[in-house]
Amino acid sequence: MSNNVARRWFVNQCGVGMGALAMQSLLHGQARQPHHAPKAKNVIYLFMAGGPSHMELFDNKPVLTKFDGTLPPADLLKGYRAAFINPNSKLLGPKFKFAKHGQSGAELSELLPYTAKVADDLCIVKSMVSDAFNHAPAQLLMNTGSMQFGRPSFGAWTIYGMGSESKDLPAFVVFSSGQKGPSGGNSCWGSGFLPTHYQGVQFRNSGDPVLYLSNPPGVDNDTQRATLDAVKSMNEMRLRQTGDTEIATRINSFEMAYRMQSSAPELMDLSKESKETLDSYGIEPGKPSFAYNCLLARRLVERGVRFVQLYHEAWDQHGGLVGGLRKNTKDTDQASAALIMDLKQRGLLKDTLVIWGGEFGRTPMVQGGSDGRDHHPNAFTMWLAGGGVKPGVTLGESDELGFNVVKDRVHVHDLHATCLHLLGFDHLKLTYRFQGRDFRLTDVHGNVVQKMLA
Amino acid sequence: MFRQFLVLLSPALVAQPVDFLRDIQPVFQRHCDGCHGAKMQLGLLRLDARQAAAKAIHAGDAAKSTLYQRVAGTSDQARMPMGAKPLAAAQIALIKKWIDEGAHWPEAASARDAQVQKHWAFVAPVKAPLPKTKDAAWARRPVDAFVLAKLESEKLTPSKEADRVTLLRRLHLDLTGLPPEPKEIDAFAANRSPNAYEKQVDRLLASKHYGERWARHWLDAARYADSDGYEKDKSRDVWFWRDWVIQSLNADMPYNQFVVEQIAGDLLPGATQDQKVATGFLRNSMINEEGGIDPEQFRMEAMFDRMDAIGKSVLGITIQCAQCHNHRYDPLTQEEYYKIFAFLNNSHEGAAVVYTPEATRQRSEIFRRIREIEADVRHKDPNWRSKLAAWEASMQTHLPKWEPLRPDIDDISTGGQKHRQMEDGSVLAGGYAPTKFSTQFTLRTKMRNIRAIRLELLNDPNLPRGGPGRSLLGTAALTEFAVKASADGKNSKTVRIKRATADVNPPEAQLAGSYWDKTGRRRVTGPVSYAIDGSDETAWGTDNGPGRRNQPRNAVFELAEPIDFPGGTVLEVFLTQRHGGWNSDDNMNHNLGRFRLSITDARNAEADPVPPAIRTLIGKQNRSEAETNAVFSFWQQSNPEIEAQWARHPEGTTQLVLEERAELRETNLLMRGDFLKPGKAVQPGAPAFLHAIPEGAPVNRLTFARWLVDRNSPTTARAIVNRVWQAYFGTGIVGTSEDLGRQSEAPSHKELLDYLAVDLMDNGWSLKKLHRAIVTSNTYKQSSNVTPELAAKDPYNRLLARAPRLRVEGEIVRDIALSASGLLNAKVGGPSVYPPAPDFLFQPPTSYGPKNWHEEKGADRYRRALYTFRFRSVPYPMLQAFDAPNGDMSCVRRPRSNTPLQALTTLNEPLFFEAAQALAAKTLAEGGASDDSRLRFAFRRVLGRAPAQNEKDALLTLLSKQAGKQDLRGAWTTISRVLLNLDEAITKE
Repeated sequence: MSNNVARRWFVNQCGVGMGALAMQSLLHGQARQPHHAPKAKNVIYLFMAGGPSHMELFDNKPVLTKFDGTLPPADLLKGYRAAFINPNSKLLGPKFKFAKHGQSGAELSELLPYTAKVADDLCIVKSMVSDAFNHAPAQLLMNTGSMQFGRPSFGAWTIYGMGSESKDLPAFVVFSSGQKGPSGGNSCWGSGFLPTHYQGVQFRNSGDPVLYLSNPPGVDNDTQRATLDAVKSMNEMRLRQTGDTEIATRINSFEMAYRMQSSAPELMDLSKESKETLDSYGIEPGKPSFAYNCLLARRLVERGVRFVQLYHEAWDQHGGLVGGLRKNTKDTDQASAALIMDLKQRGLLKDTLVIWGGEFGRTPMVQGGSDGRDHHPNAFTMWLAGGGVKPGVTLGESDELGFNVVKDRVHVHDLHATCLHLLGFDHLKLTYRFQGRDFRLTDVHGNVVQKMLA
Repeated sequence: MFRQFLVLLSPALVAQPVDFLRDIQPVFQRHCDGCHGAKMQLGLLRLDARQAAAKAIHAGDAAKSTLYQRVAGTSDQARMPMGAKPLAAAQIALIKKWIDEGAHWPEAASARDAQVQKHWAFVAPVKAPLPKTKDAAWARRPVDAFVLAKLESEKLTPSKEADRVTLLRRLHLDLTGLPPEPKEIDAFAANRSPNAYEKQVDRLLASKHYGERWARHWLDAARYADSDGYEKDKSRDVWFWRDWVIQSLNADMPYNQFVVEQIAGDLLPGATQDQKVATGFLRNSMINEEGGIDPEQFRMEAMFDRMDAIGKSVLGITIQCAQCHNHRYDPLTQEEYYKIFAFLNNSHEGAAVVYTPEATRQRSEIFRRIREIEADVRHKDPNWRSKLAAWEASMQTHLPKWEPLRPDIDDISTGGQKHRQMEDGSVLAGGYAPTKFSTQFTLRTKMRNIRAIRLELLNDPNLPRGGPGRSLLGTAALTEFAVKASADGKNSKTVRIKRATADVNPPEAQLAGSYWDKTGRRRVTGPVSYAIDGSDETAWGTDNGPGRRNQPRNAVFELAEPIDFPGGTVLEVFLTQRHGGWNSDDNMNHNLGRFRLSITDARNAEADPVPPAIRTLIGKQNRSEAETNAVFSFWQQSNPEIEAQWARHPEGTTQLVLEERAELRETNLLMRGDFLKPGKAVQPGAPAFLHAIPEGAPVNRLTFARWLVDRNSPTTARAIVNRVWQAYFGTGIVGTSEDLGRQSEAPSHKELLDYLAVDLMDNGWSLKKLHRAIVTSNTYKQSSNVTPELAAKDPYNRLLARAPRLRVEGEIVRDIALSASGLLNAKVGGPSVYPPAPDFLFQPPTSYGPKNWHEEKGADRYRRALYTFRFRSVPYPMLQAFDAPNGDMSCVRRPRSNTPLQALTTLNEPLFFEAAQALAAKTLAEGGASDDSRLRFAFRRVLGRAPAQNEKDALLTLLSKQAGKQDLRGAWTTISRVLLNLDEAITKE
């Protein structure tokens, strides 16, 4: 009995409802009806874990330079809690020069020469606000809309809403580079209370991209195929015997696993990419890197993978601010910009929402001697591009010290609401019933930021 | 129109009396009846019926009426309508006027059925009479009577009984989580006695593997994991608790006792080690020790987590919402949430030393020997009393007077460690634990001629093994002790230390591997002189071996010259601790835990060799014999024979436990659940919608624990019965097993649920009796085959006209492969183990920090999956693929997915492949000589049953094909792989 026969069997014999039910779990869930026409079909989220310093990268603060070495105004610190430092620490002037770029005149620091070249494609949001000032809770909030564990991630919600387009790759793929793994661990891309097949699948850029992808030692492809054929025919016999359509799903799972065994290595094979492309990302062949992951992200999107998230945990500069930022921007600036250009050149940028940012910013106050900053949730910067985002704009402002947002505040929940909007969903309506309550990514908050929309 | 009308009727303009029908009822209907109407009566109030509304209305006096207070927002309770905009001012004014005028409510305008319906699950269950059925023979057992009655009403008939082989495999998987051995199947198939099946049930309920299988469900509910969670996600010792669960279930400990011991075992009179270990249930919460945290914030997070776990696992009610606001659907107020919270809010977070039965025997033997040696000393020396008295007298001379000083702590120098100032002037280190740092403590004093500084290391129930250090052993190492002094904190000068003394001066010892810092330098601990030798290589160590290491310590640093500033002195004390290991994200710290600094102007001050507990007894008048013995024992400590006994003392391990605080901690309602926004203080108490706490019971955690399992609890027995049912049938009688509240799914067989719940309590809360009642039912024994008609009529099998056919849980998927292949190591209990896993998972950038995963090479490689070490942030891939929860929060209902990643896992994961190879080897060795008999052998080991002809044909064709290209072992490995990858292999049919 071939797949089709099996499917026909349960469509005819068991009623369409069951057939749909069984297929649903295989294909990462059926897409829900979008609430409006989506602008973005895919997401590439460059998660800059650790908390990049907005004042050294995006948010030019000449006044902060002027007040370097003085104490911040007492009013500013009322009710403020910092992770490590006594909030009443001296202000620290920004360490790098800024200049305006592109027709949009976006202001960027000298650390971001490549990003500067794509400035006109970006929507830079200088008015991000979070509630959490420790890594794990803040990363969870940024990824799941809650500081508590157990909620589905943005990626999981996206797949829940949009389903998968890929038949032989997971719908939600995660890569990690940098010095450490993310503080929030697996829960950053978890499915929470959604069915587990919505969770992100961690890929690796060396060895097997997916766990247990290669045949066991000594098992060649013929044997693997023969094994699978036997498993399939035996499973089909059992399906006829028991009438349990879950077996049909299992048959399909095994076939997709087999397809993944060839599609995933194909994904990782960069031999067909031109030297220009590799150079544009700054990829050194054979060396795992953020740049490598950026190119893989484009290849995944090309292959119908809906949501790709690249973690780069490196931005926690309590000390070594100058050196750390130089290294991090060297590792990420070129590749992030190349990704935008590459997507654009291939006509993918209009359908692909690219997000760059961390879980919070850093304090205008110094930590340690004169080369470090603490965690800061009150104001930080992220950028977005493609997928219906308004290009060439800089949105929002922080105050003259980069401490609080003073204009066009965008809370994490607002960012989520806006991204879901771009993906065709009203964040108020994309819900899942759990424990007697309808849950959503934005919990009970969030407004779509109209100014970010093209 | 309506709104306009109301505006026109604003109170100032209204002269005519309020008309209920025209002015009030529409407001109630529009804004209130959703929650206080016919369908739902939150707070047991309904505003569509006159009588039922009366409790909120004080006719003639609006100000005294709850109704008015709540809508006007004049009470301290949440304003109504909850979660919506307040009523318009004009509406509120009308309500006020209506009440003030006497709240006239025409009888005709009241709902006739004014009953305030309590939600079914909030009324204690009672046994309904067994329903009558047409097929009385099939329905002889209570379970079957309820199931059949429903089936008959739906015009369905039950399926026939499953064949014996299927039945036994099902029973094995359900009761022990392991498949039957072929010989067990043969024995059962051959036994034609009428109670053959019941005998199998008895055998399996008595199996030591029963506890393992059913422990897993409780472990999910108890969010068990072997690590802390969050960023650091360090490993922790909690396997003693896990083993306690297994043993308790195997012993069929009554479920009420099972719960009481886990919530408050430590408070039971004469609590045993086991009963203290049981409180590990509450300690399974995650711990955040990332650098920037406030420990109190994450203590609160842990408290919320405990509330959630108790709600889901014991009460079967989702109570989380009430953390921030009154529960929207269930009648649980925020205040009531914090009343429950208050019961739990008075504990230390302890890590107790625990001993295996073997180590416990060893210890009693050691203590018996020490007592004998001491008796011998007394026996041989009749003058021991006077000698003891002389020694005591010598211990009472030269006791300097110490002035404890409360330090200021330099934030920059803490390395991220947090210090809590305690009432006795000491500080308690917590949060992130750096491994190499020097913290500056600033002391201010008016004392003249400061001649010595004392550092006391103190025990604290919140430190590992009670401290005094923060290392896993509760020990600490002080690398250097340095002091600067000045009159004003400026231009401070280093003070030379002449001499250091301490009550413990261990011999020089290399640091243990757990403190390795990758440098290869000399790093040792030893006597206190090592803390003033100016060398980073040496440190004062406090560890004098298991049995005596977790005691208070003191060291005294005598200054070369007295410090004397007439206007007061600022002392800067630097405690350098550089004897931890290289990875501060792991358990490698060697830090001081709780400690206090004091000063004296006495000359020649020395450390007190006598610990505080003995100090209070020395020279004490009217001492009891026990007290004298304690002093005597201490005096005799240096006796070499006794020392030799201490040297034999076993290490023990630790277990996270709760320990009650002596002083009550105040509990406040937290506004929006924020620990920085405490509201009014609340006292412990039970929510009004549940049963009451017995009057006069002491207000403590034990009372709360007993309340949870009170016979009058409406949900406790139902919740556990429902989850046991869910484990057998895939879905609970109430599908939403975490929530039996108002938002729960309606029960499929409410009377059956109630019957079993009451039965459980009537049977002394015996879970094994509950299991027996289910597995001996005809309902359970049905075939799981699905006919198209049945699939159409009851696609989710809620009516149970057939048995469920379910993929087994992740752990059992693994255990089946291990068991079928003969690799399984069936040992029960012990520390968690490390089966193969890709190394990169435990290294950055995949893991936040590097984690230890010492892949097992011996027999522990093949332990049941239950024993696999669980890092919360890096879930074991095979178990994650098969939906095992990672312990972040209580989980009483696992999803059951079916994905390509599962297929990759069973096809290619190393241990599954090893199982295939082992099954091939076993088949060739034990399966006979012919392909036929070998196939039958392997097939039965995996699936229980023998192959059908078409299955045999398919597999033998594959075998002959593979024989051409693989050797015999290889070809049979291929066959084994096919078998182990079949849907049926990992399915309970």
